[in-house]
Amino acid sequence: MTRALRLTGQFAIIAALFAAIAWLSDRPIYRQIPERSAVMMLTFVHSADRRGECRRLSPEEIARLPPNMRRVQDCPRVRRPIYVELDVDGRNVYRANLPPTGIAGDGPSRVYQRFVLPTGRYDVAVRMRDTARAEGFDHERHETIDFASNQLFVIDYRPESGEFIFR
Amino acid sequence: MIGAIRSALRTGFALIEQPFDRLFGPTLNPVAQLGALGFFFFWIVAVSGIYLFIFFDTGIERAYQSVEYLTRNQWFHAGVMRSFHRYASDLMVVMVAVHLLREFAYDHYRGVRWYSWFTGLPIIWLLYTSGITGYWLVWDKLAQYVAIVSSELLDWLPIFGEPIARNFISTGTLTSRFFSLMVFMHVAVPLFLLFIMWVHILRISRPKVNPPRTLALLSLAALVAVSIWKPAMSQGPADLAKVPAEVGLDWFFLPLYPLTNIWSNGTVWAFLGAFSLMIAVMPWLPPLRRAKPAEIDLAHCNGCARCAEDCPYEAIRMVGRTDGMPFPTQAQVNPSLCVSCGICVGACPSSTPFRRTQDLRTGIDLPEFSLKELRERVVKVAGGLTGAGRVLVLACEHGAAAGRLEGAVVLPCVAMAPPSLIDFVLSRDLADGVAVAGCAESACYNRLGVMWTEQRFAGTRDPYLRARVPRERIAKIWASALAVKKAEAEIAAFAARLALLPPKRLRSPLPVSPASRPTKAREPAQVRGEP
Repeated sequence: MTRALRLTGQFAIIAALFAAIAWLSDRPIYRQIPERSAVMMLTFVHSADRRGECRRLSPEEIARLPPNMRRVQDCPRVRRPIYVELDVDGRNVYRANLPPTGIAGDGPSRVYQRFVLPTGRYDVAVRMRDTARAEGFDHERHETIDFASNQLFVIDYRPESGEFIFR
Repeated sequence: MIGAIRSALRTGFALIEQPFDRLFGPTLNPVAQLGALGFFFFWIVAVSGIYLFIFFDTGIERAYQSVEYLTRNQWFHAGVMRSFHRYASDLMVVMVAVHLLREFAYDHYRGVRWYSWFTGLPIIWLLYTSGITGYWLVWDKLAQYVAIVSSELLDWLPIFGEPIARNFISTGTLTSRFFSLMVFMHVAVPLFLLFIMWVHILRISRPKVNPPRTLALLSLAALVAVSIWKPAMSQGPADLAKVPAEVGLDWFFLPLYPLTNIWSNGTVWAFLGAFSLMIAVMPWLPPLRRAKPAEIDLAHCNGCARCAEDCPYEAIRMVGRTDGMPFPTQAQVNPSLCVSCGICVGACPSSTPFRRTQDLRTGIDLPEFSLKELRERVVKVAGGLTGAGRVLVLACEHGAAAGRLEGAVVLPCVAMAPPSLIDFVLSRDLADGVAVAGCAESACYNRLGVMWTEQRFAGTRDPYLRARVPRERIAKIWASALAVKKAEAEIAAFAARLALLPPKRLRSPLPVSPASRPTKAREPAQVRGEP
């Protein structure tokens, strides 16, 4: 009888500890954004133009190259940074020079930025410069968006079509 | 600073362990079985995971549907297994965390123990990776949150060409192959975890990888009860067009995830890196001052292997004889593994204080605290005992009696005292009784010291305490350094009992020969400390 009581007590202690652990396995609830707000995400992966122009190699230069590596043009690998701006209701919320990735600087530039906004209607404008031009933009889009609660609104860029995607 | 934290934690653990010791007893005390329980929960997670895999379907929609099916339609077996899988994983995290804290509190991480401490670090990383990859597979809102935050964290590292977090921004970007990859990871990482768990215990003699059966059964029963009371559920299907704004986080596996909302991903990595670095270098902050390792005296070693059997640190192994003596093996100490606990000295059959050689020597001894010195201290301390009920205390330096000023001989571990030392004390009338005061039974500093002492006294482990030694003149007191009052009360009660006992008569079971009979002139000399 004493042993049974002792075992019952031991079971009760262990079960209580396990119950506390089970409760903590999904409580308390965590809220990552405030109520009645949405997330706007600016993200794309895009390769800007090369930093320099391709140069035609002379016949002597081509001859000096190993036979399996001969080519007619010498193109610099390094790409330009991409300049991007994002405005919400005319107020700039993000601007950056996105450097190319890769050790040789020949990879695409990339961006992944989250913005938490209260629900409502906003004018969203995004602009990007990916060529040698010093002023102005190569791609831009402007739209008025209704942000619903908990909505994930993504601004992406499609290099194939050369345009920003809002979804 | 570190010493103060350790001391505070040790006090905390001692306070927690005392009531657990009372309810469960020293053998079943879960706080003393954390490593073994960690292994036990790993096996529960492994078996339940294999069972769940039978029902699991890899696919963006099928993953969630299959988990919902097994949770709701097949709740009585697969649903329970899912809860087992979740809660046993959480319990494993708790066991690992408390185990780490306890080993730190009891200073079980420095010196030769650096290896187990250090190899515990990859266990933490692999355990978390295993758990986090598991959460992705359910593909509910929590999985979506975990996938986004994890991939954002990974994207901070300059490894991936394209941000992997972009896979989770719209439904078109994710394919079913991704789930196949996650299943592979969720199987491969735990397998590697098991391998590192094996590496973790490699240098430990008799590692506890299985909890006592009663404790295992009680834990299993409690898991069943909790799984039925609060089954593990999904949190609604993932929807990549929406932010998983509210999630029920598993606070054991994902406590750092909310930090990504406050800190940058780089700061979170820096925090994890700093934590890992701190754990990795802790054994040398500061390094433990190590006494000289045990030494073998081949002239007194017959290769019986008892020292190798009893060493808790695998520091002794038996090798071929090198001195031409007619024994097949001899003991060899690995100095890098020896903590100089002296358990081997207590195990050696040559360690008998009765030896009448000019210079008391044994087969294995501690250079900084030899058996000869131990005998001298015992005789000296016993010489100061007066009155009725004289008690000589053999105290472990980590136990409750370590701070005793009078009547005590402090040892690195009580198992250093060979049983023949008790016989010696009582037969030479150096004291009326011997109190062996070690660490708390469930928290022996040298892991096996208490157990070996108990078994030697009970006659179930070599070297035995001789039958002629009156057991009523021996007290075993197992109490932590905090339980000084309890230990002192037990010693006082023991002394009072001794005072009421009739005069002791220790007789050899062998016929008394005139040559071995002590002379009157010899006996007082022994008491004066000239054995």
